[in-house]
Amino acid sequence: MDIQFTDEQELLRDSLQRLLRNQYDFDTRRKIVATEEGWSRKHWDAFAELGLLAAPFPEDFGGLGAGPLASMIIMQEFGRNLVVEPFFETIVLAGGLIEQAGTSAQREEFLPEIAAGRTIWALAWAEGRSRYDLNHVATVAERQGNEYVLSGAKAAVIGAPWADKLIVSARTSGDPRDRRGVSLFMVDRRSANLHLQSFKTIDGRRAAEITLKGVRVPVSRMLGEEGEGVAILEACRDRAIAALCAEAVGAMTELNSATLEYSKTRKQFGVPLGTFQVLQHRMVDMFIALQESISLTQHLNLTLAENEPGCSKLASGAKSKVGEAARFVGEQAVQLHGGMGMSDELNIGHYFKRIASINIQFGDPTYHLLRYAREN
Amino acid sequence: MELKLSREDAAFRDEVRTFIAENYPQEMRVPNPETDLTKEQSMLWHRILYKKSWIAPLWPKEYGGTGWSITQRFIWEQEASRAGTLPPLAFSVTMVGPVIYTYGSEAQKKKFLPRILSGDDWWCQGYSEPGSGSDLASVRTKAVRDGDHYIVNGHKTWTTLAQHADWTFCLVRTDPLAKAQSGISFLLIDMKSPGVTVRPIITIDGSHEINDVFLENVRVPVENLVGEENKGWTYAKFLLGNERTSMAGIGRSTRYLNRLKKIAKAEMAEDDPSLDEFVKDIARVELDVLALEATELRVVAQMSRGINPGPAASLFKIRGTEIFQRITDLTHRAIGNYGLALREHPASENMFMPGPDYGHTASEKYLNARKLSIYGGSNEIQRNIIAKAVLGL
Repeated sequence: MDIQFTDEQELLRDSLQRLLRNQYDFDTRRKIVATEEGWSRKHWDAFAELGLLAAPFPEDFGGLGAGPLASMIIMQEFGRNLVVEPFFETIVLAGGLIEQAGTSAQREEFLPEIAAGRTIWALAWAEGRSRYDLNHVATVAERQGNEYVLSGAKAAVIGAPWADKLIVSARTSGDPRDRRGVSLFMVDRRSANLHLQSFKTIDGRRAAEITLKGVRVPVSRMLGEEGEGVAILEACRDRAIAALCAEAVGAMTELNSATLEYSKTRKQFGVPLGTFQVLQHRMVDMFIALQESISLTQHLNLTLAENEPGCSKLASGAKSKVGEAARFVGEQAVQLHGGMGMSDELNIGHYFKRIASINIQFGDPTYHLLRYAREN
Repeated sequence: MELKLSREDAAFRDEVRTFIAENYPQEMRVPNPETDLTKEQSMLWHRILYKKSWIAPLWPKEYGGTGWSITQRFIWEQEASRAGTLPPLAFSVTMVGPVIYTYGSEAQKKKFLPRILSGDDWWCQGYSEPGSGSDLASVRTKAVRDGDHYIVNGHKTWTTLAQHADWTFCLVRTDPLAKAQSGISFLLIDMKSPGVTVRPIITIDGSHEINDVFLENVRVPVENLVGEENKGWTYAKFLLGNERTSMAGIGRSTRYLNRLKKIAKAEMAEDDPSLDEFVKDIARVELDVLALEATELRVVAQMSRGINPGPAASLFKIRGTEIFQRITDLTHRAIGNYGLALREHPASENMFMPGPDYGHTASEKYLNARKLSIYGGSNEIQRNIIAKAVLGL
């Protein structure tokens, strides 16, 4: 099975490739990362104008109706170009959650502005003691009249410093590790009693620790059924993994072609590095890792798009296998570039660091290997 | 693992262990000594060892060495690395110093050796160039004789801590027509010479450890040539042979492994299946350390009987670096979501880092450790050395 893209999907990919080639070279990316905010509203608006942010959503909500495969195409190109703008957090995570679990009023209110790029979102699910368990939530949400009052702390929320709005998981009932009793809330990032401690991430983006000390959220801002948040987040995680695998494939594609090119032009001992069999075989292994990752990523995204059973188990399998493949490719790309691979000026190290970040988000390869083994 | 020690050697071990514990400066105990200390701070221990006359165990007694046996030297290395001390700068004490006392003139010995021992001179290694990494013999930095000076032009790269350096020992080409290795000279260059420019290279972990060094019409007195013109490659090879077993890095790996065990237990609940996987992964690398340590002890015992491991010593570099890379990888994985954070440089007190203290350097250590399989002779080159020189392939 090799995905045969529709004309519309090909157009999406081609126009995105052109846009990134013209407006998002590595030097531009470096400059964006070095700014105070660390991302570019100008480029975000260009993405919106191209219809990228709207692409995955149904037409009813201002989308292009291109479905989850649109996210796959976009994330792959973003991976190739090390794009830092929060498409994943805003469109895939928040947009996906609202589309999946929102009431029709919520969908009508929020999806069009997300699709138009007017609001930036981030998802705050992890906590200091949760590791990768979606259900491990100690942040509480207490019902008080027409509001919920949220108290607790969320960890390593990627994109929070950039966000206008957050989706926060908080416990409305049960013990901290119960699967039932977690609810999701749409929270204004600038709410009273909500504090961010920002930090730079390993891949040049921004994240924050979030403390909530009695943050008041209207009942109308609860997303999905009370207490059913974990099931909703699990479906979200499947979509997230499908997108992150696509991004990893994009990164691996660039790493492999850069390494191959370097091995053909870089000479030592009078011959190109690619002459040495040890390095040839290393690059063959990198080639194989990429091919398997492309296949598994396409398989996962198709399964997701067609709503097939077994999707969640497959998602964990893909996160684990593609994750380890990407780590191998990243490490070897650095190694095969020699001293240059260690330089921050070269793009190689930045792909490597993005892969390290992907391997942490929503669970590392070991976590997902065990989940794959246990899931039916 | 412990060497079986004679009573004298056991007493020696106790003596050095106590000395280190009582004298290693507390202010040097920062998360990342290689990058978090100022130049002055990183010299504190060097000066203490110099006062004690323990600064150069490898050197002959006549030049300021300690006169210790091979076993005692090994004990010192072991205790110093187990205690996590920052070793005296290798470039000065282990590399250029021995070249000068072995091949240098009396004038050079008089001028440079005391200042290497005292730490008054900080040395950097002018070896690699953009076009000469693994193929070091292909260096192109030129030194042209002009009266009683050499005029040096070229570009050295990957120069560790050149930003602090007073002097550099440089491989330069003095005979462009000779076959690669035969046209190289070993030249000592004052970093304050006009025409020397140091430019930082920031590495993927964000730190400033290495540099480009540009040499533009630098005038170097002929007295700074070590040994004979065009014999520099011999001296360079001699220098590379000094590292031997310490490349195994057992002390450091052991410390980091013990830390990793604590971190894993703190991060993962007893009933977390990921903890079982970590326990297995940690046990595997612990066995790797044990096997390498046992090999190191076996080789040290042989060396004290006059048997030299020769090129097989490359295995210490290969395995030592792979082990440490694996440990930094596992440590980064152990801290879960907080592996997303990367400390900025230069590190400051005010900088916010999320999560428990023990994880704050995990990302940068994982990233920085990628250099270990690349520098000092890449692990691919080291394997070639064993294949050719040991296995005869």
